Amino acid sequence: MTDAPKPPRARPPLSRWRSKAPAILALIPAACVVLFIYIGAMVWTVRLSFSSSKMLPVLDNVGFNQYRRLFATERFNLSVEHIALFGCLFIAGSLVIGFLLAVFIDQRVRGEGVFRTIFLYPYAMSFIVTGLAWQWFLNPELGLQKAVREAGFPDFTFDWIVDQNRVMYTLVIAAIWQASGLVMAILLAGLRGVDAELWKATRIDAIPTWRVYVSIILPMIAPMLVTAAVLLAVAVAKLYDLVVAMTKGGPGLSSEVPAKFIMDNFFERSNVGLGSAAATVLLVTVIAIFSPWIYSQHLRPQGARR
Amino acid sequence: MSAVVPQGPRPRSFGLARLGVYVFLGVMALLFLVPLWVMLMTSFKTMAEIRYGHILAWPQEFTFEPWGKAWSSACTGLACGGIQVGFWNSVRILVPSVIASIALGALTGYAMTFYRVRGANLMFAILLIGAFIPYQVFLYPMVRMFSSIGLYDSLAGIVVVHVVFGLPLMTLLFRNYYSSLPIELFNAARVDGAGFVTIFRHVILPMSTPIVIVATILQVTGIWNDFILGLTFAGRDNRPMTVLLNNIVNSTQGEAAYNVDMAATILTAAVPLFVYFISGRWFVRGIAAGAVKG
Repeated sequence: MTDAPKPPRARPPLSRWRSKAPAILALIPAACVVLFIYIGAMVWTVRLSFSSSKMLPVLDNVGFNQYRRLFATERFNLSVEHIALFGCLFIAGSLVIGFLLAVFIDQRVRGEGVFRTIFLYPYAMSFIVTGLAWQWFLNPELGLQKAVREAGFPDFTFDWIVDQNRVMYTLVIAAIWQASGLVMAILLAGLRGVDAELWKATRIDAIPTWRVYVSIILPMIAPMLVTAAVLLAVAVAKLYDLVVAMTKGGPGLSSEVPAKFIMDNFFERSNVGLGSAAATVLLVTVIAIFSPWIYSQHLRPQGARR
Repeated sequence: MSAVVPQGPRPRSFGLARLGVYVFLGVMALLFLVPLWVMLMTSFKTMAEIRYGHILAWPQEFTFEPWGKAWSSACTGLACGGIQVGFWNSVRILVPSVIASIALGALTGYAMTFYRVRGANLMFAILLIGAFIPYQVFLYPMVRMFSSIGLYDSLAGIVVVHVVFGLPLMTLLFRNYYSSLPIELFNAARVDGAGFVTIFRHVILPMSTPIVIVATILQVTGIWNDFILGLTFAGRDNRPMTVLLNNIVNSTQGEAAYNVDMAATILTAAVPLFVYFISGRWFVRGIAAGAVKG
């Protein structure tokens, strides 16, 4: 590699071509990834959404036909409804449970490390593992339902996983189980940053502890709550593995989700055009939701961060 | 009961509130442990006991047979090689993917932080946005691209895919970490006449240990737990453990062997759980550092 000659001044002029050439070379792989995948593949998908592609990609132009077809497809509309329901319940549930766990752990409890480890371990596992574990646990014939019935409640019913109207809730439960530890970890870091003086002041004023958490601490850790919510929302948009493992989209179409709809149309149903249209809808939605946060978090002009 | 500094005991109500805290945490801990407990118990039972017994109960007749079956003879369709096939496939995918993605992330982060290359910020912005976009948006064209250059359905292909989709997070980690290093170190090395590679090797890399540990934890768990990329790109001969596990459990003909299924599930979770338990606080650090993981 080219080593720059000794510069005459204390602060080397970095703008010179010779000193920058290796850096440019080093950035080529990343540039290729950006160019071919993050831009190229994305544009290609959008392009295919305007084509009549079935099994193989065709580059004709059928305007918005695939989109019209998409919004007239029951399976897609259902999957959008499902993901909206799942998203709201999962994000709200994980935030509430994660917040409670963080607050209670923050009470200087003994064995804090043990509790933290227990609450976060599901997050280390794959969605496939989570899905299969809960599929078995909620199995109506041999799982929880049978156990509770035999424990003396013969009328106990918990067959949500095979109930068309309730199956989404079982996915929510499993996902909250997996993700609320993540929220706890993020919020706990925020709580640990609260100034001890603040606690002294509220103690002197005899403000109840719960009041302090709700009215003072919660606004203070708002940025962490937002970060947690964004992470959870990303998981919602990507929701696929959990559904495949736990319910396979069933019973019937009652737990279909957009990411699965797209995958099925690409790789099983030979509907590349339709799948691309659905992927484009997903893309636009995701960008609309996340770009303000990405901008404020990472891309704001220098000096605004930290 | 105060959060950070308890200001002396508050008689009477103190004891009760304290008890409440432990009861809440204890109950929640039990709830969080139930699925793991159920998996473990099921995996040590015979099928007869699973049918007639209680899902939460301790096995009456302790058996390791399901574990043996899960590891070496569980079937997916006609192939009965057990989950071990997937385990070794995952290892073969994991090792090069982790090394390559961390190396590329470190290099990219280094070049972006210390050298003002035109367009680098735009590139970083696109990478970041890319991290939020579901894979489905890229997958189909990628399959076409990869098959046209012969990377589809191959070990090399799935490794490249993991490097590609790991790049945003890795770049973010290393870029943020390097930005926090004192620029004077870099400048001093420049003054001494060190070039791009020398500075990276002898100044920057030796200081990167903490972030490399964090990156390794994130990538090992992330890549091991991946399902959709392995499913799409790895091909028949390289299917990772998660894909094989799902096939074993969800495509059983005849009566499902729940004990074998659960043993296979635990085996699949074992690697990330092991990493989690030994890494302790580093795992949490990874979460905090990589707030874009999906």
